Amino acid sequence: MDDPAGPRPDPHVENELSIHHSSALYLAQDDSVINFDVAGLVDQFWANTVDGLSQGSIYALVALGYTLVYGVLKLINFAHSEVFIYGAYATWFTFYGLGFRPGPTPELAVFELIGFLLLALLAAVLVSGATAVVLERVAYRPLRNRGAPRLVFLITAIGASFVLQQLIFIWRGGNPEQAIRLLRPEPVFEVFGVAITNITIIIVLASILLFFIADTFVNRTRFGRGIRAVAQDPDTATLMGVNKERVIMLTFLIGGLLAGAAALFYMMKIPQGASYQGGFLLGLKAFTAAVLGGIGNLRGALLGGLLLGLMENYGQSLFGGEWRDVVAFVLLIVILMFRPTGILGESLGKARV
Amino acid sequence: MTTTTTKTTTSGRRSLSEWWNTLNRPQQWAILIPLVVFIYALPVLNPPILTTEPGYDFPIAMFEVARYALIAIGLNVVVGQAGLLDLGYVGFFAVGAYVAALFTSPDSMLTKLPFLAVLPIAMAITMVFGVILGSPTLRLRGDYLAIVTLGFGEIVRLLADNLEPLRGNQGFQQVGHPPGTNADGSAIFNNTDGTPWYWLTVTIIILVLMLVGNLERSRVGRSWVAIRDDEDAASIMGVNTFKFKIWAFVIGAAIGGLSGALYAGQLAFVNNQKFDVVTSILFLAAVILGGSGNKVGVILGAIIVAYIPARFLGIAEYRFLIFGLALIVLMIFRPQGLLGARQRLLTYGRQAYQRLLGKGEQISKDAPVATDKNGGQ
Amino acid sequence: MTEPNNGNGPEVPAEGGLAAELAHMTEAELIEHEAEVAEVVAPDREIAVEVGETLLDIDNLTMRFGGLTALDSVSFGIRRGEILGLIGPNGAGKTTCFNAMTGVYRPTSGQVLLEGKPLGKLAKHNITRRGIARTFQNIRLFGEMTALENVVVGTDARHKTSVMGALVRSPRHFREEKEAIERAMALLDFVGIVDRAADKAKNLPYGYQRRLEIARALATEPKLLCLDEPAAGFNPIEKEDLMGLIRKIRDDGYTVLLIEHDMKLVMGVTDRIVVLEFGKKIADGAPSEIRENPSVIAAYLGVPDDDIA
Repeated sequence: MDDPAGPRPDPHVENELSIHHSSALYLAQDDSVINFDVAGLVDQFWANTVDGLSQGSIYALVALGYTLVYGVLKLINFAHSEVFIYGAYATWFTFYGLGFRPGPTPELAVFELIGFLLLALLAAVLVSGATAVVLERVAYRPLRNRGAPRLVFLITAIGASFVLQQLIFIWRGGNPEQAIRLLRPEPVFEVFGVAITNITIIIVLASILLFFIADTFVNRTRFGRGIRAVAQDPDTATLMGVNKERVIMLTFLIGGLLAGAAALFYMMKIPQGASYQGGFLLGLKAFTAAVLGGIGNLRGALLGGLLLGLMENYGQSLFGGEWRDVVAFVLLIVILMFRPTGILGESLGKARV
Repeated sequence: MTTTTTKTTTSGRRSLSEWWNTLNRPQQWAILIPLVVFIYALPVLNPPILTTEPGYDFPIAMFEVARYALIAIGLNVVVGQAGLLDLGYVGFFAVGAYVAALFTSPDSMLTKLPFLAVLPIAMAITMVFGVILGSPTLRLRGDYLAIVTLGFGEIVRLLADNLEPLRGNQGFQQVGHPPGTNADGSAIFNNTDGTPWYWLTVTIIILVLMLVGNLERSRVGRSWVAIRDDEDAASIMGVNTFKFKIWAFVIGAAIGGLSGALYAGQLAFVNNQKFDVVTSILFLAAVILGGSGNKVGVILGAIIVAYIPARFLGIAEYRFLIFGLALIVLMIFRPQGLLGARQRLLTYGRQAYQRLLGKGEQISKDAPVATDKNGGQ
Repeated sequence: MTEPNNGNGPEVPAEGGLAAELAHMTEAELIEHEAEVAEVVAPDREIAVEVGETLLDIDNLTMRFGGLTALDSVSFGIRRGEILGLIGPNGAGKTTCFNAMTGVYRPTSGQVLLEGKPLGKLAKHNITRRGIARTFQNIRLFGEMTALENVVVGTDARHKTSVMGALVRSPRHFREEKEAIERAMALLDFVGIVDRAADKAKNLPYGYQRRLEIARALATEPKLLCLDEPAAGFNPIEKEDLMGLIRKIRDDGYTVLLIEHDMKLVMGVTDRIVVLEFGKKIADGAPSEIRENPSVIAAYLGVPDDDIA
């Protein structure tokens, strides 16, 4: 299970994972059902840290989408997970369209590789961005025009998530797309005895770069000012001449673009990740990350994403791989109960430089 | 000048519920009793147009519909009455199913109990789960509560996947069923004949409806609706909001657990499948489609969600898509659902309105006060 | 055409029942009927203090939000059986004071005592049960409930039926339901909105909604009724009616605290007035004294507001 955030086994397909992992469990004879593997945690600490950071940067990019929309509309955009997975499909189809097929990783020249990845990035970003914007126009805008209550938005979001998911299911079926790899993970250097792969480096650096671009955009540009103004006080912002509808669309667009980029990184890390349900779990975790950092807060999303990635990996070592998702959900519940405003506090409006 | 005053608001078309309210009790019974008899007789009658055969066994389909109806009634207590959006309701359903399996299946190490005795146990244990989940989370605001319940539902599913005693995908065979044998010695309640299970479930639904109705027409139901409409105002009017939210959760959980146990019994098998979020959302769709806060409505919703895919097998594959689209469209054009929320919250309401207004009940339409000033004429 | 209530009502008379009877009652019958209703509505709770003694004591109440001091050591008492007006320019701390009394905020320091006993950290619903009820500046009814149901929710504050009792319909449930509905009907009658008893609250005309809020608050059988700007949005005739209603409530045995912007209404109906400005009490006395009080005049002239009538 090197791919816990990846697709869940399709319910129709026989699931043998539970048998597979029973070795890590003790039965009631021991009075303990869950095994605590402290030695494993210590052993794999650095490996987990590195992997957690790369996983966490993907969470962070998706979390930015949740945080932006929540900041502006106070809406948990439940369908953002599907915005993300549409990007993953776009990536897969770009690879496929470029003539790559599941199987061995091709040998590519560096410039070719970069070109193809950029092409996939472009496709993912466009598809995710477009999905987010269409979602906003078709599902949410009519509700805004009617001044619907918040729970109505949430139910719509759930419905939209469902629809987007099922469209893929009907089109591509329940099984994940077969892995297409363009870049084989290869160790570049070692830190604390842990090999850092080229993919890890690309993901972490590119994610942080994207985060800074997004942060600068929101905090330094005129459009960003509009977003913050609407987040703080939509009515006043409208009075001051901010075009609220445009700001909202822009917010969805940025969230979608970032999710698209995250989707490419995700597909590089987990090539078999394009599955119709694959967005759900990752989306829920990214939302957890956003809440952990403080929803509505861009830097919170980054911090929350990285922290969640780390904690999940440590938890996985401690309790065993099959408990990884439980760690994330328990974390979500604990945060919401004890510090619902997250580590850095809520509010996009107050984010200052 | 007091002219002949026609009713400006209710002239013309009257809704079914208004018509129902104009009837007196004996008249209502005169309609209700044959209706109930018809409902019980359905799987035996197997009426030509309604039937789902040959594609899908009709009595089994009817049991599915009844099971969904029971779930919808339970979820409606939480979502419709108290206004708490619960996305993890399948978790309670799963707990009920597993409790039934653990106490009746030979695959379980626990003491075996008769199936009918397990039903209340399943309810009690799910209620405990309701308290465990509810007490920390019900202080959260609405959308966070939704996410936390979603997380809870997933945790239950993952526990079913991972905990060795719950046997993962392998599951529990030969889950128990109520006693009784046919003339040929086979069990009356078996997993190929849906009819006895349907009758049992319909009977339970009637009982549950009566009990839930009792709650509705009491301070409990009023507290729930008050919380749903304006939680702060409710607490300032003396409603112990936390206590009643927990109760809504717990009662909803109990009904969910009950339907889970019935499901396990009919199928005679429980494993870790079918307890995913998609199922939770389908339950929610039943409640929202029919009209959350309206018992008749949610039953209608359950019928739509469970019956239509069985009747029109061609669309079964698309049912999630269709119900997802229906949710979106409904939220835009008719957020209150097919039948809007309506509950009677007073035990003596009928008499009171009679004394005050000279008629049993007259609920103004949802539209803001229509024509106050001499409406036409 | 005779208007049974204030001008807000629909012109479509009810079809029957009490609502129709009310419209056809003679003056004498009406008076008799009102007396009967007032009898039912009157509080029958033990109150530990005598009429004229301090019922609610606000003792050095201070409320700070961050750096902002919304209330600064405010002290005053409300005597049983009086109508006390709490006035002051916008942002003087009136509603803050209200919220601190009803448990919405926790005071930074100082305390609120009801019948000599501090409210301490009681939860909001328990404060209501102890005997403080309130209405809201911006109406907050339970929109999906009928007018009658709204009022019965108020009576529930005094009910003891358990969830199990309600589930199986215990004798106590029936008894409480019966009492509740009698009281609720009387209350709707008392505030004059019987004819729309079966309408959802959200569909009621504005003036009815304000009255319904008062009826719902009275349903909790409060020792002290707090009205937060009940006349907001009313025209002069409606205000006149409201003053009548407030007096009627007091005469029925209730103690009333009134926050109001409209000086004419406050001067006309209250027995005593407390004036706040910038979170401090600047005056406390009979309406006639307040009218002459130089600091009050200064406070009100200081703001460009035509509230002073």
